[in-house]
This record gives sequence, C-alpha cells and structure tokens, in this order.
Amino acid sequence: MIAMDENDISFFKDGLRLDGRRADQLRPIKIEVGVLARADGSCYIEMGGNKVIAAVYGPREVHPRHLQEVTRAIVRYRYNMASFSVEERKRPGPDRRSYEISKVSREALEPVILTSYFPRSVIDVFVEVLQADAGTRTAGINAAAVALADAGIPMKSMISSCAVGKVADTIVLDPMKEEDNFGQADLPIAMTPGGEITLMQMDGGLTREEFHQAVEMAMKGARDIYEIQRNALVDKYSQLEAPAEEVKACE
Amino acid sequence: MDRKVVVPGDLLSEDAKRSGEGTFVKDGRVYSLLYGLANYRDKINVIPLAGKYIPAPGDNVIGVVKDITFSNWIVDINSPYDGLLHISEFPKRIESEEMSKYLRIGSSIMTRVKDVDPTMKVELTLNDRKLGLIKTGQVVEISHTRVPRLIGKGGSMISMLKKEVNCNIFVGQNGRIWINGGAEDMDLALRTVLLIEKEAHTNGLTDRIVDFLKTEKGTRS
Repeated sequence: MIAMDENDISFFKDGLRLDGRRADQLRPIKIEVGVLARADGSCYIEMGGNKVIAAVYGPREVHPRHLQEVTRAIVRYRYNMASFSVEERKRPGPDRRSYEISKVSREALEPVILTSYFPRSVIDVFVEVLQADAGTRTAGINAAAVALADAGIPMKSMISSCAVGKVADTIVLDPMKEEDNFGQADLPIAMTPGGEITLMQMDGGLTREEFHQAVEMAMKGARDIYEIQRNALVDKYSQLEAPAEEVKACE
Repeated sequence: MDRKVVVPGDLLSEDAKRSGEGTFVKDGRVYSLLYGLANYRDKINVIPLAGKYIPAPGDNVIGVVKDITFSNWIVDINSPYDGLLHISEFPKRIESEEMSKYLRIGSSIMTRVKDVDPTMKVELTLNDRKLGLIKTGQVVEISHTRVPRLIGKGGSMISMLKKEVNCNIFVGQNGRIWINGGAEDMDLALRTVLLIEKEAHTNGLTDRIVDFLKTEKGTRS
C-alpha cells in the first residue's frame, strides 16, 4: 500500500463516514444458508463489500491418519482468498497471512464445538473469500458458524465476529477498506452471544480508554450480527411449523 | 404441540430437569446444542435438521462392503465410522479364504449394529432372519434425520406405505432404504420416500402422503 498523508484524506463528512455510515453502524449484511449442495453445511455472506462462502464437511474420517485424536474430533479451518478477491491480483495459495487467519479463526470456533461427540473424526471448514473489503476474517467466522450449525454439528452457542477500527482519532465499527488501509488501528473480535470472547486481535495502537470503548462497540456489533445469523437459519425452515415425531427403531 | 426452530445456544427452559436430547444444561438452564426443531414435552428435545449418522447398538442399517480383511468385512454404513462385520457374525460357519464368496466388495447388506465401543469401533451382525445380503430391489439414500418421520408414530407411516405400494421395505437408521417389489410399485415407493424426505418437517404429512398415493395410483389405472 502507498503510504498516504493522513491529512490528505478526510474520513468524515458532516459527521458521517465515507460510505455514509455513522461511526457505530455496521455495513449491510446478507446471509444465505445451505448454498452448496454437496457440502454438509454451507453459508454465503456479504458484509458490505466482502463476499465470502463457507463450507463444512464432517464429522468424517481423518486423512492423514496421524492427525486423528482418539477421544475427540479435530477441527480444520482453511481460510483462503481467491486471487481475484482483491484489486491487485493475489498470488494464489496459502501464505503467512492466511495461515495465521486460519489458526485464529479455528481457535475462535473450537471452544463452542462439542468435539468429544465424534471421536476419531474431523470437522473440515473451508472459507473462501471471493471479494475482499476489510474484515474478511470476521465475515469468514460469521459464515463458518452458520455453516457449522447448518451441518448439524452440536455447539454450545453460535459465534459472531466483528471488527472495530480507529480513524482520524475516532473509534469506528466495522471499518471498510479505506478506513482499514489508512486507519490508526484495527481490532477484530469474535464472541458468543453471551459475551464470551473467543478471538481478539489488534494492530495499530489504542489508548486504554479507546480500547474499552472499541471492545464495547465491537461486542454490540457482534450481537447485532448474531441476530442476522439467527434469522438466516430460522428463515430456512420458516415455512414449516411441525416436524418429525420422535420414534425409535424400525420394522 | 409446541415446536419451533432453534439455533445452538438458544435458551429453552429455566428448569434443568427438562433437558432432553440435543440440549445441554449450564447454570441450571437448558440450552439448545443443535440447529433444529425444539420439541416441548416433559423433556425438551431438539431434533436436528442435518448431521451425520452416528451408529448406536441395535440400529438396523444398510451397508456396502468396501474391503475384506483376514476375518472381517469392512462395511460403509454412511457414517464417519466404518462398520466391522466379523466372520463369526455371518449366519453360517465359513472359512476365512471363502469370505469373498459370500460377501464381495460392493455387496449391499442389511445388517444390525451389535456394539459400539468408546473409540467408535462399530461391530455389525447378520445373525437375524431379517438381515442378509441384498440381491434384488433398490436402495435409496435419504438424510438419517428424516428416518423417524418415514417410520412415523409407532410405525404408522411405514406400514401404511408398505401396504399401499405393495412393496417390501427395509428402513436403515443410517438413511438407506431398501425397496423391493414390481417395477412400477418400486418406482412409486421411491418417489414417495423422496417426497417424505422433502416434506419431513411439515404438518399432517401422513394424510398428504395418502392423498399423493391415491392420485398417483389413479393416473396409473
């Protein structure tokens, strides 16, 4: 990125941000559940300019065998950016950044998954970024959580993720690309709707007060996202209002 | 009856004693573990809408032999875990060298889960008159979460279906269903099963299936 003189760019106009949002406003979000026929669970999400698709396979047999755990399922998470997802073509394949994001995202989701239900198996999560506009890891985690639920995997709760940034000495929710690239700080979090944080990263700098304000704002954003995730899942089966009688065995 | 769609982590009840399948208790409250349909009775159960079949002892399943070892057939049972059918669980005594004479790789079998140990080693058996090699008919695969609906309350749906389509049907808990009968009957049975899978979550299904069968048969004759 070309370093830009911070005075050159104005992040606010009449108290609103470059895309017309307030400082504490999320970008529009669209979630679709079950978009892939051959995955066990899947989800497509649009968060502003981000377009991300998540697929969940499993629990299934572990390959290679030596990764297998005798008492629980392992979780594999692959975050990948498509080469066309950014303005300048990205060299395809995993790199240091995507390895890191895969690791932290996996660790954001693993605490809520009941891995002990499926010994000697693996739950594979694939997150593909089709279009990037700052905050792809949060979009990926949101999509992955919905896809896991869609795959029928038992979880203690959902996970919702949201970032906050600091631009022009102001804390802003869900920064977009311009704010991310030329901002002073970026702090993504992931949490349960109950407020247990499973991921927190930061680059840039915040004072103690700013940090508290930022986390507060991100948690509120994540709770709003949780409602959207929840509605997307409920809507998939909204036409129904009465299902299977519980019956055991056959013949 | 009170049913609604829930997602993991939804609060279901303040009474820990009502925790049923698909739920967990935290701080004396009952929460959902699954994305599914909450069923409020004495206990609150959450019926999943998706998920893999996890074998349990006593389940009838349909499997496909995928490998033969010294004394076991390894059977794919549509689950993350393979089934092991030991030579001694075959209804008659056979020699190790002759195993592939009776069940070859690719053979479909109706079998039962005999035991599952904590490491998820699944032992199968063929020691029952109902069980054995599938020689005729067709096998369809549906989601195993829809199987209870296909069977119906106390087997109402499946016995109705068997009678109406004049077919022999074996329902595997793993979502594989064997249908055997005349070509036209089998085709109708197959379409009915797929319809039940598609509409498994809706109300008054049995009545609708009866109507469906009536109109289908009407057009045929």
